[in-house]
Amino acid sequence: MQLRRVVITGMGAVSPFGRGTALLMSALEEGRSGVRHVSELEAMKGMRTQVAATVPELDSLPIPRKFRRSMSPMSIFATLACQDALRQAGLGADDCATGNLGVSIGSTVGSPNAFYAAMEDFFVDRSFERLKSTFFLQIMSHSCAANVAQTLGINGRILAPSAACATGSQAIGYGYETIAMGKQQQMLCGGADEFHPMTAAVFDIINAISTGYNDRPTETPRPFDRDRDGLVCGEGSGVLLLESLDSARRRGAAILGEVIGFATLADPTNIANPNTEAMEKCMRKAVEDAGLEPDRISYVNAHATATEQGDRAESHAIHRLFGSEIPVSSLKGHLGHTMAASGALELVATVEMLARKRLIPTLNLKNVDPRCAPLNYVTSVRNACIDTVIKNNFALGGVNSSIVVRRYQDD
Amino acid sequence: MTEQEIIDRINSSLAEEFELDPEAMRPEAGIYEELELDSLDMVDMVIVLENAFGFKIREEQAIREIRTLGDIHRFVIEKKAALATAS
Repeated sequence: MQLRRVVITGMGAVSPFGRGTALLMSALEEGRSGVRHVSELEAMKGMRTQVAATVPELDSLPIPRKFRRSMSPMSIFATLACQDALRQAGLGADDCATGNLGVSIGSTVGSPNAFYAAMEDFFVDRSFERLKSTFFLQIMSHSCAANVAQTLGINGRILAPSAACATGSQAIGYGYETIAMGKQQQMLCGGADEFHPMTAAVFDIINAISTGYNDRPTETPRPFDRDRDGLVCGEGSGVLLLESLDSARRRGAAILGEVIGFATLADPTNIANPNTEAMEKCMRKAVEDAGLEPDRISYVNAHATATEQGDRAESHAIHRLFGSEIPVSSLKGHLGHTMAASGALELVATVEMLARKRLIPTLNLKNVDPRCAPLNYVTSVRNACIDTVIKNNFALGGVNSSIVVRRYQDD
Repeated sequence: MTEQEIIDRINSSLAEEFELDPEAMRPEAGIYEELELDSLDMVDMVIVLENAFGFKIREEQAIREIRTLGDIHRFVIEKKAALATAS
């Protein structure tokens, strides 16, 4: 089968810096942190962290109530990001209804806020009598994808991958494969998640969350840094409008980049612990999928969440495959770990880096952990002639995912 | 509670829940056509009214016959009167 080339023609971002790719990029380039103190966490027993990278209040009222009623924050984030991606791609309501456009957007779980609120109300008198009709529509696993399709009038395929921190990456990868196989001409791809204390608690109990910077939140997380003490939970949504090259050319759309490789695999060595061999294998397969040798990759946008095990394992996997000269950075120092959104949100920024020929450093990386592999860690904004890059995401559950993107060349 | 107070409470509760324009909340307004509510909204309307008036109406057949805002007003007024008589 002749596979179609797949390009990026639109992007949308809802991040701890607000709505829009421009806001995201200015914050990243200026080295600002989206992490803040969350006083709500102070009074919770067993909760040691008090920081998170939350999205500032957004105006969701332009989304009609008929659609908004079934949305939790994560679906609102995803819908706003999709609207922006479509606008950038020059696609309107008519284009959504052709059947040629599909959706591939996932989240870690359905809305934890909706679920917690419903259970809190239930346990008052063990009654479901007050449960609203839209409860399930907010907690179902494909809530984001379904709400996006309903709101935008999309009638193509719906995919809603769910693989925790690899969700956004997988959603893009599966969207890429769907277009490459000719099943859809365009796919809105990405991930979304909303912050809830339960998410922070999950990482707190497994000692993977930052607890030592509650009084100076912008100094954490610290990916690859000697003084890091864990990840910081974030929220948001990243969306990329993938499109077949034929369709983009036909429309005369501006092409922001080309997806040329994708790999995802299970790492059965442990459900929680990262494994260098499996990470290296995933990256190698993605590079092979792109039909390239590893030396063609000019930058790695790492998953690196600022956990000891994760950072070290990934750094050694990168070193094994690409050597010590390759520039590497993680955007979680700025954004925190936006969970299911991270793969897509960070890829949006990576595609922008390709366009700007400028690398964003790892915020808060001051002293590289000596047990991380020797790599070309980016610690300040740097001009660079990058043209082919790889983006990693590795998830609890033993799910690895890597995507290779290059600057579009008309050949 | 007077009938007007009941109507005002119904209207304000439904306006808040369903983001309805107060100008559109005329007794003859069709629930589905003019107020643009649907079957999911009707499920939630029962919860809103139960919460506003402290009664249980989910199993009442008359709920299924409601077509206009005025039908809701009449239903609640009659329900409250029946409850007052029963007590």
